[in-house]
Amino acid sequence: MATALLKAPVDEQTEHGYAARIDHVSKSFGRQGEQQLVLDDISLDVAPGEFVTLLGASGCGKSTLLNLVAGLDRPSAGSIHVPGGRAALMFQEHALFPWLTAGKNIELALKMRGLPKGERRAEAERLLELVRLQGAHGKRVHELSGGMRQRVALARALAQDSQLLLMDEPFAALDAITRDVLHEELTRIWRETDVSVLFVTHNVREAVRLAQRVVLLSSRPGRIAREWRVDIPQPRRIEDAAVAQLSVEITEELRGEIRRHGQH
Amino acid sequence: MANTETTGSARERHRTGRDTADSGAPGPVNGPGGPGGNGGSDGNGQAASDLAGLEAGLDALDSKSAARTSLGRVLLTKVLPPVVAIALVLLLWQLAFALELKEDYQLPSPLQVGSAIGDLWLKGTLLEVIWTSVSRGLLGFGIAIVIGTPLGLLVGKVWFVRAAIGPILTGLQSLPSVAWVPAAIIWFGLSDAMIYTVILLGAVPSIANGLVSGLDQVPPLYRRAGRVIGATGLAGVRHVLLPASLPGYLAGLKQGWAFAWRSLMAAEIIARSPDLGAGLGQLLENGRGNQDMAMVLSAILLILIVGIAIDLLVFAPLERRVLRSRGLLVSR
Repeated sequence: MATALLKAPVDEQTEHGYAARIDHVSKSFGRQGEQQLVLDDISLDVAPGEFVTLLGASGCGKSTLLNLVAGLDRPSAGSIHVPGGRAALMFQEHALFPWLTAGKNIELALKMRGLPKGERRAEAERLLELVRLQGAHGKRVHELSGGMRQRVALARALAQDSQLLLMDEPFAALDAITRDVLHEELTRIWRETDVSVLFVTHNVREAVRLAQRVVLLSSRPGRIAREWRVDIPQPRRIEDAAVAQLSVEITEELRGEIRRHGQH
Repeated sequence: MANTETTGSARERHRTGRDTADSGAPGPVNGPGGPGGNGGSDGNGQAASDLAGLEAGLDALDSKSAARTSLGRVLLTKVLPPVVAIALVLLLWQLAFALELKEDYQLPSPLQVGSAIGDLWLKGTLLEVIWTSVSRGLLGFGIAIVIGTPLGLLVGKVWFVRAAIGPILTGLQSLPSVAWVPAAIIWFGLSDAMIYTVILLGAVPSIANGLVSGLDQVPPLYRRAGRVIGATGLAGVRHVLLPASLPGYLAGLKQGWAFAWRSLMAAEIIARSPDLGAGLGQLLENGRGNQDMAMVLSAILLILIVGIAIDLLVFAPLERRVLRSRGLLVSR
C-alpha cells in the first residue's frame, strides 16, 4: 500500500491494466447463523478510462458493491483493488455540506487530497468551470437547483483527482430534462478527462446511453447475469434508435431475472 | 407541442449525421447557428454551445432569488406585534390598579414601578446592579461553555462515556439549580465561588446535551461523504461533525444561557452578604425585605428584560445566521 501511494495513479493503472479489480467478491449482512448473502462471487474489471454501468433491479446489491469499491465497507470474501488508492464517490443525494459554499465544498476535498492552500481556490474555479458553473463559487448549496447541486457534487468528486469515479444513481432524483443535460455533461467530462467511471443505475436507457459496457446484476443474491458491449458511437442521445433497441433487449433480460423471483 | 416534436426530430437527424461522420444529405436548419450535418468540429462546437445554453437556461429557471425584506415590513411583522402585546398588558395592569383589586402596597401602578426604576437610575445604582448580575452571568456562562463543549463531545463520541454519564447529564437538566444553592453555600460560604458553582451546575448539562443531540442528528450521508473525500479521524470531527452539529449546539447554548441566568438569580436571592456585590437578585430580595412591591416588580422586570435582551442581541442573530446560511430558515 505504501508503494502504491508513492506512484502516480496513471502509471500504476497502465501497469495493472485496470482502474478497479473486483475479484470473487461476496458480501453478506446479518448475524452469524442468519446471514443474508447480498453479493455472490462478483468478478469485474474496469479498464483505465472505461465507462461501465452496473444495472439491476432492487435487491441486487449494486449500491453495496459500490460502497465496497469505495472502501466504505469490507467484502465478506474476495478482494477489491483500486490502483492509486481511494476512489471518488457520488451519491444519489448531492451530499454537499450546507455550511460551506459550493466552492468551499470543492476546496475541502482539495484540502483533504493535500493540495497546498494557495492553489485550492484556482483549482476549485477550474473544476466549477469544467461543470459549467463558473461564478458559482460563493453560492450556498440551498441557492442552487437540483441539477446544479449534482454538478457541484461531480466537481467535488473530480477534485479528489482519483482515476476511478463511482456514481450511485446520481441523477435518479432529477427531472427528465435536467437528467438528459447531465448525461451529456458527464459524457463530455468523461471524454475530456481520463477518468474511469463505474455507474450504478436501475434505468436501462440511462445505462445504455452512457456506458461502453453494461453489466446486468441478478437480484438476491447479486450475481453478474450478463454483460453487453455498447458500440453505439458517442455522443448518443437517450432517444436514439440504437439506444432504444439495445435497451429493449436488456430490459427483456432484466424482466426475466425479476420474474424468476416470483416463481418460488 | 407539435413544434417541440419537430425540433426534436430535426436534432436527431442532425446528431445521426454527425455520429456516422457522414454529411450526405443537407440537414435542416438547426437553430440560429447554421445548417446542420456539417460534420466535424463545427458540429461539435455547436452542440457544445447548444448544451451550454440549455444548461444556462435550466439554471436560470431553477434558481431562486433571495429577496430581502424591507424595513417597513420588518417593523410591521416583527416589532408591531410585541409592542401591541406589551401595551395590552400595561393596560390590564393599570385597569387592575384602578379597580383596586389589591391594596396599593400589594399592587402598585405601572407608573409607580417606572418611577422606582427611575429612582434607581437617579441614585446611579441601576446600571451597577444590572452589570453586577450580567457580568457574573456571562463569566459563568463562558466557563460553562469551556467545560460543557468538550464534555458534550466526549459523551457524543465515546460510547462508554455516554453509557456512564449520559443519563446523569440528562437528569441534571431537570434538577432545579436552586437545589444546589444550600450545598454550594456549605462548600464555599457566601462567596463568588458559590455563585459560579450554581451557574455551572445549571448551564453545563444543557450545553453538553445540546452538543450531544447535535452530534446525534448529523445525517449519516454527511459522515459517508466526509469519509469518501478523506475527512476521517480528527479532520472528520473538525470539518464534518462539528459544523454539522452546530444548530443543535447553538440550541444547547441558548438553553444553557437561560439556565445560567436562572441559577444566578436563585443564588443571588438566597445569598446576600456585604462581601458580595449587589445584583438583581439581591435587589429583588431587598424589595421583599422592605415590603416595597414597586421595587420587587422593578427587579422582576429588569431580570426579564436582561434575559430577553441577551437572547435577542446574541443568540437570535447567531441562530438566524447559521440557519439562513444552510437554507434551513423558513421565511414567510
